[in-house]
Amino acid sequence: MRRVVVTGLGTINPLGNTVESSWSSLINSNSGISKITNFEVDNYSCKIAGSIDDSYINDEIVNSREQRKIDRFITLGLIAANEAIIDSGFTLDDQSSFRSGVMVGSGIGGLDTIYKNSSILDNQGIRKISPFFIPSSLINLLSGHISIKYNLKGPNSSPVTACATGTHAIGDSFTIIKNDKADLMVCGGAEAAICPLGISGFSAARALCDTFNDYPEKGSRPWDKDRSGFVMGEGAGVLVLEELENAKKRNAKIYGEVKGYGMSGDAYHITKPSEDGNGGFRAMEMALKESDLNSEDIGYVNAHGTSTQVGDTIELSAVEKLLGSNKNLFMSSNKSAIGHLLGAAGAVEAVFSLKSMQTKILPPTLNLDNPDTKSKINLIPHESISKPVKNIISNSFGFGGTNASLVFGL
Amino acid sequence: MSDIEERVKKIVVEHLGVEEAKIQSDSKFIDDLGADSLDTVELVMAFEEEFGCEIPDDAAEKIVTLKDAVTYLSTNSN
Repeated sequence: MRRVVVTGLGTINPLGNTVESSWSSLINSNSGISKITNFEVDNYSCKIAGSIDDSYINDEIVNSREQRKIDRFITLGLIAANEAIIDSGFTLDDQSSFRSGVMVGSGIGGLDTIYKNSSILDNQGIRKISPFFIPSSLINLLSGHISIKYNLKGPNSSPVTACATGTHAIGDSFTIIKNDKADLMVCGGAEAAICPLGISGFSAARALCDTFNDYPEKGSRPWDKDRSGFVMGEGAGVLVLEELENAKKRNAKIYGEVKGYGMSGDAYHITKPSEDGNGGFRAMEMALKESDLNSEDIGYVNAHGTSTQVGDTIELSAVEKLLGSNKNLFMSSNKSAIGHLLGAAGAVEAVFSLKSMQTKILPPTLNLDNPDTKSKINLIPHESISKPVKNIISNSFGFGGTNASLVFGL
Repeated sequence: MSDIEERVKKIVVEHLGVEEAKIQSDSKFIDDLGADSLDTVELVMAFEEEFGCEIPDDAAEKIVTLKDAVTYLSTNSN
């Protein structure tokens, strides 16, 4: 059976523009959440987000002329992909390029570009629409750009499953390599929806935190009784997955193995998770089964944990149901520090999951002052802890009742 | 260098990211200056904006060099 390992990591997120800088910030309990400043938010109920300052966008990776022709989500994705590919150190020849693919998705894609061109169409007319409008906004153009830049001619696609996108991209890429359709996949997710239409849309759906505008860094507080919704973040996470023998042959650095992948649908509601947590439970169960591990083998759950009222409780109960016999289980939410990166969330959290195994440090859940449900699971409030773990589950659940779970192991 | 040529050159420099010194009067946008077909559409839009005119598609297709643009805009701009 073909096994799949992770040989490269890359990210840009509200805590930093590299894996090392953002990981170091995360385990030191820093928050990447601040007041929104890139547009006027006086009339918005939510005024906070996990934004990336433009000065953190490296023009040497994507020059400013290129940035003009692509939406911000593509720029962020290209930056993360560049780091992951350099980190992995793979080189391609004519043959291996056909066996190396890309699957980097996004939840929403070029939302701000669509908004701006829509205004141009209404106010200035048809002739002012940029020829780059469509290729700048389409979600799969990120995978397209990565393939062009790095000559990756294998499978090329982009999942779009809202907040589960990044996890599905990694899981689907794992399956592609396992099924011998490629030897290497550059995979993950990117998102840049901190724009007027993005914030107003999620606010209208009553999904965003609106009670901590004066204390932005306190807004994202998974499992805490004062949570009031998620805080949006932006960024990208990219992994390089490789078939194990392929990676060994070239003496690649191996962060860990993708051991299992599970998916499910709630068939319940467009935005709410099913109340019994059955969807998330089945995704985790499927991933655990494929990994051939038992619940006792899992040391840490990198939770979806968005800081919404119902979602957090439901996920916690699903984890307890599946892994409750495990007396030594840790779980935390990276979103407490970086916010919810929507389609990039699962990918950035996968990067952090692999760093957790590598460094033997489990990152904290910030702002967890008063958990609203009692649990035997250690939710790692406030500060990271040193703890070696061999296997991790990482969860992502999305609007539409879509659920995805990955098992990573050493 | 005429005022029109200078303004056209400035737009080409901005949009195609090429050094001004490399742009000759007969440089072709696509073959010599690295533009792709979408870049040329955007260039024509920028000329329209700068010179306050509308360049019909059949005329735009014939603007392939800096000189073509200057010649067209010299007779058609406001």
